[in-house]
Amino acid sequence: MAVIPVERKPLTFAERTYIPQIISGLKTTLKHMVRKPITLEYPEQRPEIPAGYRGVPTLVYDPNGREKCVSCQLCEFVCPPKAIRITPGEIPSDDPTAHVEKRPEEFKIDMLRCIYCGLCQEVCPEEAIWLQNQFSMSGYTREEMVNDKKRLYELGGTLPDAHFKWDKKKAAEEAGNGHH
Amino acid sequence: MSAILFNLFAIFTVACALGVVFNRNTIASALCLLLALVGVAGIFALLEAFLLAVLMVLVYAGAVVALFLFIVMLLDVSGGERKPFGKATVFSGIISAGLLVVGLISFTKHGAQTTAELPAGAAASGSVLKAYGEQLFTTYLLPVQIVGFLLLIAMLGVIVLSKKFQGLEDIK
Amino acid sequence: MFDFYFDLPLWIRLFVQGLAVMLVMFPIGAACSMAERKIAAWVQDRPGPNRTIAPILAWIPGIGFLRKLGLFQLAADGGKFVFKEDAVPGHVNKFYFIAAPIIAVIPALTTVAVVPFGAYLDAAGQVIPIMLANVDIGLLAVFAISSLSVYAIILAGWASNSKYPFLGSVRASAQLVSYELSMTLSVLPVFLWTNGPLRGETADSLLGSLSLARVVEFQSQSGFWGGLWFGFLMPLSAFIFLVSLFAETNRQPFDTVESEADLVNSFGSEYGAFKWSLFYVAEYCHMLVGSAVFMLLFGGGWNPLPWVTLADFANLLGFAHLPLVTGIVGIGIFLGKVLAMIFFFMWVRWTLPRFRYDQVMAIGWRRLLPLSIANLIAYVIGIALLTK
Repeated sequence: MAVIPVERKPLTFAERTYIPQIISGLKTTLKHMVRKPITLEYPEQRPEIPAGYRGVPTLVYDPNGREKCVSCQLCEFVCPPKAIRITPGEIPSDDPTAHVEKRPEEFKIDMLRCIYCGLCQEVCPEEAIWLQNQFSMSGYTREEMVNDKKRLYELGGTLPDAHFKWDKKKAAEEAGNGHH
Repeated sequence: MSAILFNLFAIFTVACALGVVFNRNTIASALCLLLALVGVAGIFALLEAFLLAVLMVLVYAGAVVALFLFIVMLLDVSGGERKPFGKATVFSGIISAGLLVVGLISFTKHGAQTTAELPAGAAASGSVLKAYGEQLFTTYLLPVQIVGFLLLIAMLGVIVLSKKFQGLEDIK
Repeated sequence: MFDFYFDLPLWIRLFVQGLAVMLVMFPIGAACSMAERKIAAWVQDRPGPNRTIAPILAWIPGIGFLRKLGLFQLAADGGKFVFKEDAVPGHVNKFYFIAAPIIAVIPALTTVAVVPFGAYLDAAGQVIPIMLANVDIGLLAVFAISSLSVYAIILAGWASNSKYPFLGSVRASAQLVSYELSMTLSVLPVFLWTNGPLRGETADSLLGSLSLARVVEFQSQSGFWGGLWFGFLMPLSAFIFLVSLFAETNRQPFDTVESEADLVNSFGSEYGAFKWSLFYVAEYCHMLVGSAVFMLLFGGGWNPLPWVTLADFANLLGFAHLPLVTGIVGIGIFLGKVLAMIFFFMWVRWTLPRFRYDQVMAIGWRRLLPLSIANLIAYVIGIALLTK
């Protein structure tokens, strides 16, 4: 690459007095002074969360209101800071979702350990754990900062995806072409 | 009232002046000098020479002592060990102190006569700016010029001493 | 109605007057710190402190406005400074360490004694300046007393016995002395004008006065030249004075003394709580007095507009016969101008970066001082030519 030496222009007299620069600077700041603040008044005004935002991990229901998690514990294994603790549980046979293998009896995410990496969401075969919009977690005690199953479902809500994997599987079984 | 104030200021000034000499800490010494100058300004104010009082504070207390402190801090001069005085120092000290005493005695003897000669009602030249300026540029023009010249010489001396000249080329 | 006041002994009246002025100065000085934060916020597109409020006051309608202005934040900060633990580090020189903030505040509040801050019209229609002490050597006294404020910084830096404060105090002692020169030289043309051959028909007995009230009197004469403010007559003097004022009050862009980027907090590093806040109140009081002197010398004092004096203004609006109203209006106009200057100080602070220390010295000695001397000589020649 060719080097082009550039002659540095000597400062003009006006520039050496600093005054034109100072005045133009004052003009700029004055413009900003009369402008509306661009900051948000945080607790009252919340920022708009963009799609795909990865906030606090949550558990979700499917549109039929079935909890999607089958407590396979993959997320527990993959979680780098070991924030997730799952106690798997059987589904009683009289339950309408008895055709699903399992469901968690307790599901705890320690938000003091969570690093929001999203590996749990990535690894989940059921798309049951999602990092969602919630971005501010706070509490007065350590216990408060551990999200249990109830709270995780409260935060997560229902996801409007129409996979119905287990229902389809059950329907196929009943139609006679069950397991491969 | 003014006699009490005069005594107060005089004692204050002398005490601070002694503090300048006897303080081991250079900075504390300089601050004593500052207070002594303020005391002198107070005495000027008592003599209704307000202008001189203000100039004393402005020039000596405000600027000169600040520069002293600047130099003291910059060079980090510490009080250090006190060396015994040399023979020449003692000799010159005795002579200058003697001259000061003689001067003071003669001033107090003849000073009483000069104050009587002052016309009544005339403003002292140290109290009003105009009178002060006029005196400075008429009666005391020669002393002012001489002192100014002395300061110029001192300044040149400082420049010569602080710049280590190697040869003639350095002067360019 | 106020006759009982004038029956009081003189010393009580003077005491009350002095106290009244201080009780106005000190809160304004403190409020300036909030103004500083607000202006900083506005320049940076933020709202600034706007949430603090005492719960008892919250129900008062319309108080949200004061809350948005951060007034209660100011009270909370002040209270915090008073009640915080006032720690004195173990390595400092205790006597000077405690003396420094006191020395900072005393000159800052003393200078206001000789600065007029308003005027009223007496029964004869005469404009009487409102001030604590109308002395002949007015401006010189301001310079003399405010020049002592440098010792607060020097002492604070030295007594703190640590490196950054020490560097700050070394810079302070050099900077403040350097800019005092050009500041004093820059106001000389004004007094040449008011005391020289161009003084007009004013009495000779007032000759040789450096009183600031007299300077304003000169700016409220009739005629084109009489009503012109000295700021228009001597723009260069005003400019030099303004620049030196920035340097003397340690404001940006001459903020090398307290440059928090390279000296932490300079002379304030070892201080905390109330002692620390005293330095800042003193700084703002200096700014107030400095702006007041600038407005008196170059900005027409309590005259609302060039060529419109306070007396004209009062006659125009028809309250010239009410001394109390003219007094309040006079003080109001003057205070408004001073606060506008303070706003300018802050506006500049949040616009410009600070000069390097060597640049500050170069500007002071190699640019401003020759410029002020040239300015003085030019006006001496000009005044001499005009009198011919």
